Amino acid sequence: MKEFDYDVAVIGGGVIGCSTARELSRYDMKICLLEKEEDVCSGTSKANSAIVHAGYDAENGSWKARFNVEGNLMMEELSKELDFEFKRNGSMVLCFSEDDMGSLKCLYEKGVKNGVQGLSIISGDEARKMEPNLSEEVVAALYAPTGGIVCPFGLTIAMAENACENGVDFIMNTKVENIEKLEEGYALETSRGKITARFAVNAAGVYSDVFHNMVSEKKIHITPRRGDYCLLDKEAGDHVKNTIFQLPGKYGKGILVAPTVHGNLLIGPTAIDIEDKEATATTAEGLAETIAKSAISVKNIPLRQTITSFAGLRAHEDSDDFIIGEPEDAKGFFDAAGIESPGLSAAPAIGKYLGEMIGTRAGAPKKEDFKAKRKGFIRLNQLSYEERAKLIKERPDYGVIICRCEEISEGEIVDAIRRPLGAVSMDGIKRRVRAGMGRCQAGFCTPKTMEILARERNIPMEKVCKNSEGSELLVTAEQGEE
Amino acid sequence: MVQHDIIIIGGGPAGLAAALAAREAGIQDILILERDEILGGILNQCIHNGFGLHTFKEELTGPEYAARYIKRVMEEKIPYKLNTIVINISKDKEVTAINREDGLVTMKAKAVILAMGCRERPRGALNIPGYRPAGIYSAGTAQRLMNIEGCQVGKEVVILGSGDIGLIMARRMTLEGAKVKVVAELMPYSGGLKRNIAQCLDDYGIPLKLSHTVVNIEGKKRVTGVTIAQVDENRKPIPGTEEYYSCDTLLLSVGLIPENELTKGAGIGINPVTSGPNVDNCLETELEGVFACGNVLHVHDLVDYVSEEAALAGQNAAEYVKKEESRGREEDTVSHKVTLSARDGVRYTVPQTLDLDRVKDTTIVRFRVADVYKGRSIAVYFDGQLVEKRKKRILAPGEMEQILLKKEMLQKYPDLKKIEVCTEVE
Repeated sequence: MKEFDYDVAVIGGGVIGCSTARELSRYDMKICLLEKEEDVCSGTSKANSAIVHAGYDAENGSWKARFNVEGNLMMEELSKELDFEFKRNGSMVLCFSEDDMGSLKCLYEKGVKNGVQGLSIISGDEARKMEPNLSEEVVAALYAPTGGIVCPFGLTIAMAENACENGVDFIMNTKVENIEKLEEGYALETSRGKITARFAVNAAGVYSDVFHNMVSEKKIHITPRRGDYCLLDKEAGDHVKNTIFQLPGKYGKGILVAPTVHGNLLIGPTAIDIEDKEATATTAEGLAETIAKSAISVKNIPLRQTITSFAGLRAHEDSDDFIIGEPEDAKGFFDAAGIESPGLSAAPAIGKYLGEMIGTRAGAPKKEDFKAKRKGFIRLNQLSYEERAKLIKERPDYGVIICRCEEISEGEIVDAIRRPLGAVSMDGIKRRVRAGMGRCQAGFCTPKTMEILARERNIPMEKVCKNSEGSELLVTAEQGEE
Repeated sequence: MVQHDIIIIGGGPAGLAAALAAREAGIQDILILERDEILGGILNQCIHNGFGLHTFKEELTGPEYAARYIKRVMEEKIPYKLNTIVINISKDKEVTAINREDGLVTMKAKAVILAMGCRERPRGALNIPGYRPAGIYSAGTAQRLMNIEGCQVGKEVVILGSGDIGLIMARRMTLEGAKVKVVAELMPYSGGLKRNIAQCLDDYGIPLKLSHTVVNIEGKKRVTGVTIAQVDENRKPIPGTEEYYSCDTLLLSVGLIPENELTKGAGIGINPVTSGPNVDNCLETELEGVFACGNVLHVHDLVDYVSEEAALAGQNAAEYVKKEESRGREEDTVSHKVTLSARDGVRYTVPQTLDLDRVKDTTIVRFRVADVYKGRSIAVYFDGQLVEKRKKRILAPGEMEQILLKKEMLQKYPDLKKIEVCTEVE
């Protein structure tokens, strides 16, 4: 048999790539994950609604429906196994007019057929009783107690760390530029040389059509669908308890208002189809739409408490469904393409499906020493005073608070850097331990966090990046001079 | 539990002046808790001059001004803890703090002085659209990186906001060799001091564009340029007025927010205009024995006034402690509270109430106006009756104003309920 560099090469370190890599790492195979940025969770996975959908939206029989419902069911146990933040806060889909009651009932029935548990239609008054800030215009709502919220960074990084611990090679800062179909397997030409693999997994988000189309004649087409969001301070975090949706329209689930697992309030997203796969800039119109439409569902949203805004790109495929599995004309190439909402919710199930499929195909035995459990980051501000005091005694750097808004200590930042697959950038630290994620948006902690990162990585301050190379926070004397 | 007479939260100009005043008033057991590695607070990064003209009748740099207070704190041997962050203040004035050496400790205070200062408004608070690359700094963050860490943050700079830190940084970056292309200000007037506009922009030929804002930020990794546009009277960008500036850095000086998370945690009411706690003439908050001063109370322009205000908080905290010790507070005496309110162009007053039984010879009432006014007067009404009127050539939101209430004047109105401060057109 031909020698490959890897049994499986996963393209993309988003939530789908990391989930698949983790599931693959249950098997005795040589696996790598290629990511063009400096860290996992750098694309769509980092900028989305952070919702674990109940599963009533997707069409019956679609991949979206199947993996959403399955992923939702897996999430709770997975959150314990991998120690990331997940909460079943429930969700509501609001109906503002008697005329739309039919659509609401349709959604209910679709949910029941998709296998969503516990759905009910409640009156506007019942909904307002649960959520006092709901609009007076709400006449009814579909209530889904199984709806949840998750930390998308926490989920992705947890799966990546666990995959790493189970032997997956994470190859960062490496962009796949071309894929060559070999007699068996694939040769991936990357920005850092050629890698051959018997199987390839296409988890490239908004770029998944590009890679699919390199190996298959059955072309697919992804449209980046931009969504603009505003994130509000924790003081606004209990404005709603459930995730509040409006009846879905043509472009998705509409503008939602939701608490985050960390206690902020999130509003958004818009849905604007664009061409540029990198265009994650918010627009004035987009943010205005987010603000205006969120106010239809929920009254008195304290917009003065907005701490940041951002945009994410959904990978919308023309077929309106996920594309999962092997194209007929590209054996050994496994797509996870067109993963838009409910992709985050579906990620554990998609990873499991692809992992099992490839593991079986490869005929690889399951590892006996697979470590399913992963211990998450220590978060001192979630511990009791006694526990914190004890930890600071053991590790005094847990007593040096760097990010005052989120109360993140130097020790936690050091942990984020030193862990397997640790943070190498400011964004990496932020996504792992939330330093700089609070109300001052890193105004105070930036200089200190930069120093810690430079010290720990033994690099000069000028090399400290916000994310990948080119995003240096400082300039050097030479730079920019004529 | 360890107990102290006065715990002061923050070792910046407010905390230091409060500590010295409390010591002068005879309190021995004082503890200052400072989150940074040195005392002096934000003054340490303000290496420009212009501090202390009122207090010392000379022009000092920020670190020099701080050093004068730090020296006296050392001489007085007032205890302080550095690198110590307070994470909670309870209603019973139990202060929980964390540092490397002591770990997590909770201390009980007879009186607490809040002197935590303020933070800068981030980009997100303005919803500036565009990318989120490296090279976007709040002005104070850039100032710290340059003046404390010795780093160079950018070469070609656009500044949004003409608050004092933005103006100071325009000059500072120019002196370090950067090209500051423009300062854009959303409002039709600058929020900074007049002298800073002259000395930091005009002297260096840096254009100030009033009624302009940033409407787009470009650059995926590092800022490559920003677009600014003129705004209409509703502060909405006017299409067609966009101008693109290539730059690698955007500094934001778009407002300061008193940092009152601890205050709120203690259940103390916050004034929606100042974003600081409501206080009486003793600078005592709604929670008995908790005093506030400096930028945590309301954002100041001049450190001299911070020191003056903080000294008052220190004296009053000392008096409170002494009173507690001697006989406890007379619970049942009904104090005579007078409400201070702002109207007609005056945005707020500090203090918000007067306790007539505790007024000193002179009470300073500080306030800001809502807009630039030329030739208006500041008027003071006692229960609807005009008691003082002072003509001002110009009033601007960027310059804090004050009026003085004399004790003998207040004593003429034994049933006084409400004092109003307003502007009046001639």
